[in-house]
Amino acid sequence: MSALTTRSRAFGATVAISAAALLTTGCVSNEPPAEESQGTGETDSGSSSSNDETGDTVVIGFSAPAADHGWMGAITRAALDTAEQYDDVELRQAEATNDVNMQISHIEQFINEGVDAIVLLPFDGDALTEVAMQAMEAGIPVINVDRELSSPFASRATILGDNYGMGVSAGTYICEQLGDNPDAVVAEIQGIANLPLTQDRSQGFADSLADCGLEVSTQVAADFTIQGGETATSNLLQAEPQIDAIWNHDDDQGVGVLAAIENAGRDEFFMVGGAGSLDVMEHIQAGDSVLEATVIYPSTQAADGIKMARLIAQNKNMDDLASAGVPRVTQLYAPVVTADNVDQYMSIGFRS
Amino acid sequence: MSAATAARPAESPTERRSWLGGSLGRNLGLVVALILLCVVGVITGGDRFANIGNVLTILRLAAVIGVLAIGMTFVITSGGIDLSVGSVMGLATVWATTLATQTMAENSHWTVMVFTALAVGTAAGLVNGLAIAYGRVVPFIATLAMLASARGLAEMISNRQTQRVDVDGFVDFFRADLLGIPVLVWIFAAVAAAGWILLNRTTFGRRTVAIGGNAEAARLAGIKVQRHTLYIYGLAGLTAGIAAVMMLGRTTAGTSTHGMLYELDAIAAVVVGGTLLIGGRGTITGTVFGVLIFTTLTNVFTINNMSTSAQSVAKGAIIVAAVLLQQRFASRAKST
Repeated sequence: MSALTTRSRAFGATVAISAAALLTTGCVSNEPPAEESQGTGETDSGSSSSNDETGDTVVIGFSAPAADHGWMGAITRAALDTAEQYDDVELRQAEATNDVNMQISHIEQFINEGVDAIVLLPFDGDALTEVAMQAMEAGIPVINVDRELSSPFASRATILGDNYGMGVSAGTYICEQLGDNPDAVVAEIQGIANLPLTQDRSQGFADSLADCGLEVSTQVAADFTIQGGETATSNLLQAEPQIDAIWNHDDDQGVGVLAAIENAGRDEFFMVGGAGSLDVMEHIQAGDSVLEATVIYPSTQAADGIKMARLIAQNKNMDDLASAGVPRVTQLYAPVVTADNVDQYMSIGFRS
Repeated sequence: MSAATAARPAESPTERRSWLGGSLGRNLGLVVALILLCVVGVITGGDRFANIGNVLTILRLAAVIGVLAIGMTFVITSGGIDLSVGSVMGLATVWATTLATQTMAENSHWTVMVFTALAVGTAAGLVNGLAIAYGRVVPFIATLAMLASARGLAEMISNRQTQRVDVDGFVDFFRADLLGIPVLVWIFAAVAAAGWILLNRTTFGRRTVAIGGNAEAARLAGIKVQRHTLYIYGLAGLTAGIAAVMMLGRTTAGTSTHGMLYELDAIAAVVVGGTLLIGGRGTITGTVFGVLIFTTLTNVFTINNMSTSAQSVAKGAIIVAAVLLQQRFASRAKST
């Protein structure tokens, strides 16, 4: 997976400007309705441009894994909301599924129907690559979101969160807190361990910890579910009588993680979350738990995907870029949220 | 459900009972349900539903689960259950795509990967069979244990990573079309045909039904129940291996997450198809229809752009409706 990481970092560097532009404009403007949509109107006016004017009607097919946890639910919600904002977008939503066989079938159906663009968040990037290439060969631009397809020929544009960067952000924060204690016990609670995104996060975490002489003492994997988080953490706390810091990859499973910590009555450590759910941000704001920080993994990626798909299908350019055409790869930023800056990020938190 | 009323007139006078009680009579409800689904698809989707490309999309989706469901039909007909087919399929995809297997395949022939998958599937099935037939472990528990351990073994072998298939011959073969129809669909058709012959036209099939109907009576009649049970689970394992090969062809990747919850899809298709969950009666034709009904349903939902949560609810409701309908037919066929 290191090859993948290096590549995405290289891409990330080349499109840093576009990523920044996205974050400050497009990304923030499409809130899931959980936040009473109050943010939508204000921020949208900032990003409205000639690109938002109604153009040719385009049919966009959207396929994502099952919304079986908060982040994925927020992804889909934000995508649907964004599509609704545009009169010229007709969204076809495929059944959300964690079965790659069925997801392939949905893409085949989109190809068969001849949609104008496909926004694809694959359950497994490797397994969906072949069918995405078929779509591209059929002249349908594929906008790949979050989990990367394994061939550059399989997508016209790719929008990625920064998984490696999440690990780096979390590790760097823990280093700042524990850097003077080389014997500190750092535990890591992964999501689904065999996903490349999990491996990228863990790699970034390990690399940044190594910078300050720390290492991951214990690593357990939950499966992005509350139940999994609870089970994995209970076992972890049993196994490690003394912990200094925990990084939990995912705030949705974090609900279970926190429950397990409270059940065990442990508070000798601090915890860093991942993804940036509103619950976690509220905990950080209130300072009432072991949660001190979380690392944002934008839940608005698919919404960006819809916007890009529309631009590509309508042959438009992305705002604030001098170069022609929508960028090939866009990597979003993964900032650390702490009590000091949590107010600034509350608006992009999602309800798990 | 309107299919029930539409199909009821087909209940026949006594002299035609044997014919209608047979293949067509039992499957009539399914045929009607499938036709209704297609009508809904055509009405709501028009050309988007009724074109060759879309039909092939449905069939390709049906192929993998279909093959698993054929093996499952034998297990359930014999009065057992196999919860491990999805996991075993995942394990077989992983084993067939390890670096060692792929290197061997590149040095000799891509069929090495196929044989690996089939061997892994069959071996896992035989382990199930041994535990059930000779170890006297209840099928539910024995295969539940296999479900867990096969998935775990797959994670260990793959180091929880997705393994790309780099053997071109393999990919080219399984992604190809033959006479305009995808190879995967041909394999499904061949497995279904073989399963039909095996269940309806051979001693193996008759023994399977006999064991499912009454294992003790079957033993007294001279059937070696234990050995036959072993074979049946081996067969289910073999179909899991075949499904693994097809999955590899479709996704060009082997991973321990393949086939998650497929056992439930397969069991649902078999039961909706009219095979009795308590054993003693099985129908391959019904199973094929069961699989097609599920995949067509998914397709129609997607064409109508239904919200995904509504799709799940509707799917559950339709499963129950189909089983109720099927039971009605079954009890009528018996009582008349």
